[in-house]
Amino acid sequence: MGMTITEKILAAHAGKDSVSPGDLVNIKLDLVLSNDITAPIAIKQFKEIGVKDVFDKNKVVMVPDHFAPNKDIDSAEQCKMLRTFAHEQDLTNYFEVGRMGIEHALLPEQGLVLPGDAIIGADSHTCTYGGLGAFSTGMGSTDIAAAMATGETWLKVPSSIKFVFNGHLNPWVTGKDLILYTIGQIGVDGALYQAMEFTGEAISALSMDGRLSMCNMAIEAGGKSGIIGPDQKTLDYVEDRSHREFTVYKSDNDAEYTQIYEWDVSDIEPQIAFPHLPSNARGISDVGDIVIDQVVIGSCTNGRLEDLRIAAQILKGREVDKNVRCIVIPATQEIYRQAMLEGLLEIFIEAKAAVSTPTCGPCLGGHMGILAKGERALATTNRNFVGRMGHPESEVYLSGPAVAAASAIAGKIISPEHL
Amino acid sequence: MQYRGHVWKFGRDIDTDLIIPARYLKTSDPAELGKHAMEDADPDFVNKINIGDIIVAEENFGCGSSREHAPIAIKAAGISCVTAKSFARIFYRNAINMGLPILESPDAVDGIKAGDEVQVDTEKGEITNLTTGKVYQAKPFPEFISNIIRQGGLISYVKEKVKTQTS
Repeated sequence: MGMTITEKILAAHAGKDSVSPGDLVNIKLDLVLSNDITAPIAIKQFKEIGVKDVFDKNKVVMVPDHFAPNKDIDSAEQCKMLRTFAHEQDLTNYFEVGRMGIEHALLPEQGLVLPGDAIIGADSHTCTYGGLGAFSTGMGSTDIAAAMATGETWLKVPSSIKFVFNGHLNPWVTGKDLILYTIGQIGVDGALYQAMEFTGEAISALSMDGRLSMCNMAIEAGGKSGIIGPDQKTLDYVEDRSHREFTVYKSDNDAEYTQIYEWDVSDIEPQIAFPHLPSNARGISDVGDIVIDQVVIGSCTNGRLEDLRIAAQILKGREVDKNVRCIVIPATQEIYRQAMLEGLLEIFIEAKAAVSTPTCGPCLGGHMGILAKGERALATTNRNFVGRMGHPESEVYLSGPAVAAASAIAGKIISPEHL
Repeated sequence: MQYRGHVWKFGRDIDTDLIIPARYLKTSDPAELGKHAMEDADPDFVNKINIGDIIVAEENFGCGSSREHAPIAIKAAGISCVTAKSFARIFYRNAINMGLPILESPDAVDGIKAGDEVQVDTEKGEITNLTTGKVYQAKPFPEFISNIIRQGGLISYVKEKVKTQTS
């Protein structure tokens, strides 16, 4: 019987010829990640284990990105714990403010994530790296502490669901819209414990940025991971970034899936997820009149260069509505620099948008754009849970960058087609 | 282990932001996190519960973030055990690693009402509704997980493993 790309990666990292869904395996890890919210607990637990050094100083990555640059004294103390630990352990891949970015945009950009890798991170959106054909999944701090000590983790081999996207994408439809549509169809636990494998001609047509956005939100359907088989675009992306060998895996034709969904993307328009679950997705033409107070364009889902280019294309020569605060957050220093060179930042500023240094910030209600009671935001982020961006009685709607930029101008949620 | 307490019921998709909002993630101190457990689902939750009480919820409990602060907050608030129809996978692992007993039993969730007194036996996977007298069977842990629990959680398990490797 054939294997899926996920099963092949896990078998290789478990030192086995083959694995099947449901097998409990112990796998060797290529990278172990944590951030300023999750690393403090991981560091405490690591010290509790009693080993002196991390298993490999090149493979333990720490990124202060959630409440960084330090939003207050408590957050400063948490970031300091990472800094001190990174120094003690001489970690190669600790990314300080000024060098950092949102972890899931930063790691692929820096060539730290490669096709065929097995990666765990103490952040639920670690599943992003499936966009490069890697197996990656989020875990808690204690699992990360154990992995920092041993370079290994145990997990259950997930069964896979295959999502086939046929046809050509409509204007303004991106990877974000495809994943919101998918979650809308299967629900927030529709892929619980499973790997979500995305394929089809519309996926081949997506940029790497779009693929990373899609896999990023696999967790919002309960998925253990999201994955897209590497192709020439993937290899071109990693060519100049990789500093080590990697293996390209592909699913066999006779691999087994618990379910196969097949959709024609010409039926999919830009998607909006209504409060308070990402599964409350609907097409832009079914949205109605929703007035907004804030727009956020950024996050590990949609803070990449392609997202900023799309937003700038729409904001160019226009102005953000006077009743809207529009906050643009390039996800990494490199994206920020590139946006500056391309003149995107100037377009944002002339449009009266605020541009911030990289941070997860408002996405999780941390800082840099918290909502007051009763306020409503449209965001390119990944979660619209109760109180996610601030007051428990505020609301978050989710969309891709095109609808977000158009809505910032209109002061209500609209399609770029209707500007 | 046996736990006994009154039941607090919640619906489906109780996410980690409801369990412990990000505004409290500036610390990992269990006592501090415990003060805010379930705050955005029920603002008065921690004032109403008694030590040992039990949470019973519908599907997909703990969906969302990987924050281990979620099981830490629930445990520190005094909740002894969580039973749900299903759990989100990162929360499931975190709860085991933190030593917060969690049991999956759709029948028990349907058969238990808010305020019922319930006894949970984690070894047998047995959930008894003392108010109605009905007994429900939860899915038992696989052997692999039981081993981690027997060692007292993941850290003790790894400590033991590291000791064996170096000796």
